[in-house]
Amino acid sequence: MQLSLSKYLKKTTEAAPLAVFRLFFGIMMFASIVRFWLNGWIEKLYIAPKFFFSYYGFEWVKPLGDFTYLLFILCGIAALMVAAGYKYRLAIILFFLSFTYIELMDKTTYLNHYYFISILSFLMIFLPANAYFSIDAWRNPARAFQKIPQWCIDAIKLLLGIVYFYAGLAKINSDWLFRAMPLKIWLPSKYDLPLLGDLMQQEWVHYAFSWSGMLYDLFIPFLLLWKRTRFVAFLMVIVFHLLTRVLFPIGMFPFIMIVSALIFFSPQVHHKILNFVSKWFSISKQRFDNLKIYQFSGIKKKVSIGVLSVFFIIQLLFPWRYLLYPGELFWTEEGFRFSWRVMLMEKAGYAQFKVVNAETGNRFYVDNSDFLTPFQEKQMSFQPDFILQYARFLADHFEKDGPENIEVYVDSYVALNGRKSTPYIDPEVNLLNFADSFKHKTFILPFEDEIKGL
Amino acid sequence: MIKISKFLLIATLLFAVACSTEDGGDNGGDSNGGDNFDRGEMLANWADNIIVPSFVAFLEESQKLEDIAKAFAENPGTTELNVLKAQYKVAYQEFQTVEMFQIGKAEELNYRSFLNTYPTKTENIESKIASGSYNLELPSNFAEQGFPALDYLLYSYGSTEETLEVFNANPEYINYIIAVAERINALTTEVTASWEGDYRDTFVNNTSSSSTGSVDRFTNDYVMYFEKILRSGKIGYPAGAFTGSPSPTNVEALYAGDISKNLYLQALNSFEDFYYGVKINGGENGPSYYQYLKYMEDGTSSESITASIADQFSAIRAQSSELDSNLKSQVESDNSKMLAAFDELQKEVVLLKVDMMQALSISVDYVDSDGD
Repeated sequence: MQLSLSKYLKKTTEAAPLAVFRLFFGIMMFASIVRFWLNGWIEKLYIAPKFFFSYYGFEWVKPLGDFTYLLFILCGIAALMVAAGYKYRLAIILFFLSFTYIELMDKTTYLNHYYFISILSFLMIFLPANAYFSIDAWRNPARAFQKIPQWCIDAIKLLLGIVYFYAGLAKINSDWLFRAMPLKIWLPSKYDLPLLGDLMQQEWVHYAFSWSGMLYDLFIPFLLLWKRTRFVAFLMVIVFHLLTRVLFPIGMFPFIMIVSALIFFSPQVHHKILNFVSKWFSISKQRFDNLKIYQFSGIKKKVSIGVLSVFFIIQLLFPWRYLLYPGELFWTEEGFRFSWRVMLMEKAGYAQFKVVNAETGNRFYVDNSDFLTPFQEKQMSFQPDFILQYARFLADHFEKDGPENIEVYVDSYVALNGRKSTPYIDPEVNLLNFADSFKHKTFILPFEDEIKGL
Repeated sequence: MIKISKFLLIATLLFAVACSTEDGGDNGGDSNGGDNFDRGEMLANWADNIIVPSFVAFLEESQKLEDIAKAFAENPGTTELNVLKAQYKVAYQEFQTVEMFQIGKAEELNYRSFLNTYPTKTENIESKIASGSYNLELPSNFAEQGFPALDYLLYSYGSTEETLEVFNANPEYINYIIAVAERINALTTEVTASWEGDYRDTFVNNTSSSSTGSVDRFTNDYVMYFEKILRSGKIGYPAGAFTGSPSPTNVEALYAGDISKNLYLQALNSFEDFYYGVKINGGENGPSYYQYLKYMEDGTSSESITASIADQFSAIRAQSSELDSNLKSQVESDNSKMLAAFDELQKEVVLLKVDMMQALSISVDYVDSDGD
């Protein structure tokens, strides 16, 4: 065992797949940043709001006012540097930090895709992605290598595999498989799609999509790994992600996943891609083909492998943390994020906050639009940690120019996957009595139905 | 192998191109085959049988209002003033049937804000009349015109005779009334003309399912109207629901007083009729939210949303029977009934904004950000 592990770690392969991955990743990230800017989202999401929802423990991460634009510029430049392989280590660290900072500024915008980008860029810090076909390698032939350890490429495959497989596991539940929820709600609203519009109204289509989606997520990593099914699997990747792109507003993500899946192909394919790119830009690709093997220096190897081992153990375990909480995961959302639970729920809520003066009993309701953007209000209304943080904010706001002894209550209703809306947070509970923590939030009312499954 | 990789490359590039076309699904064709619920037909019903006839009916009243105001200026007597007061009430009531249609031209013009921003700024009105110069087209003058301004001018000075005395002291009063009435009528003419012109087709043909489609946009406006204008504006603010201290001066038609509850009920009725697709000029109900929800409910096993919404409309109406016809008096005598009305309306907000919009898969947020 010990022997085979050290043997595996010594195995080498062509660096081309990692170089292609780096190139496309950088370009995609740059495009995403530009798109985000052009859509006006920096202003809408990070400058306009008066209040931001922080992740527990990251309350110090806040938008920087107009300097937020600078942060995006930094992130975009770093992405281009990654693509080109120019000062790669610095670039990928900058990218990881700036991108992650952006995501931590307001959890209203949380998406699994963004989390994926964050941890993927973290992983890439430890990989020699600039060893081949990069400006770094071009300028300094001593640091150019045609071959790298096999595990550097397998690490990316493993992360992709985890994302897909866990997304598949999360779909093994009664709502998804036996009620075809939430697709039964989402698909009929795509009535105006050419060719597919009428099909989207059929109940069997909702079930077919649910089941095939689950099977796809579970098996695609293995089909991509196995040489004989790889090509067909890649076609499935394209069809699947393209379909999700057409059906749902998920931005750049499908293309990032399609391009990422190329990593599963053999080095020959990647050499072809690089040949193509070389011809296009008149780059002499031969300059990189030096047959040299990249070797991690002793300490660097230990650190990289050590950090990444811990990283992957966390990745494998973290999505299961929901088991430590009582109650229905979809309802309480305790342990829901960072777990590849993608497109699983149609959830909406309404939260009417009541501020009470404990001494006089005087009370009034809060007009949420005074403090939150419609998007923030929507996200806040069905997530307990948001509700708690917002209650605290309201107390601070109203105590500033008013009475000291304030209590904050919320009358809230949440509808989940087509069920009728039901009370969500205990309306009798003064939310100020609770501090945010990783502990179970006892003020969440129980879910009145049952969702079976993982 | 070479062929395969070429294919892969082309495929990847193709999709990168598809990606750059962004935000697909803006004007899709309308598909109405099979058992598909026909949004185009629903939009047409809304436009042709509800929105346009409502505006036409209100335009008639706003035209009368302007004519009568001018007749009063010609001959400022007691009878004429009483006729004007009566027409103000009739027109204000009729306005409640169109107030929720803040889309298209009405949205562009800020129609609702110009016609019904209350409480009106009485001091500004007085100073403008005193100076004799004003420009009612400025958005900064929302609160100095429309029905609330007429309400103030016609009812705040006391009896008809006392009011006439005020008017006779400075002819600018009557000029101002005419300017306000003209503005109400001009804006209404413009909005109605737009619906009778190109906008009707623009609205009905935009059957897209995206957030820019007519169904999505209108539904957001419609539910927002119920929450912010009907619930908060007509009941919540006077009741002090958001401040803790009742504020009777925030009542609609503050000075005329006894019509405030009727205005509220008219707005509620029009809103409910719209939900059921009730045609203004009679006939069987056309497709609207109720029918759309019924269509969606057939696919799900969950409890009936339509039944809950209907029950809540009944509950709101039942509660309203306890309210004084003058909501200002109600706030002053027993505000708890106003708060009770607010709570009933609030329950309907939840059903509309959470249950209905979820069932119809209409996104509440106005930010078109990415999803998971």
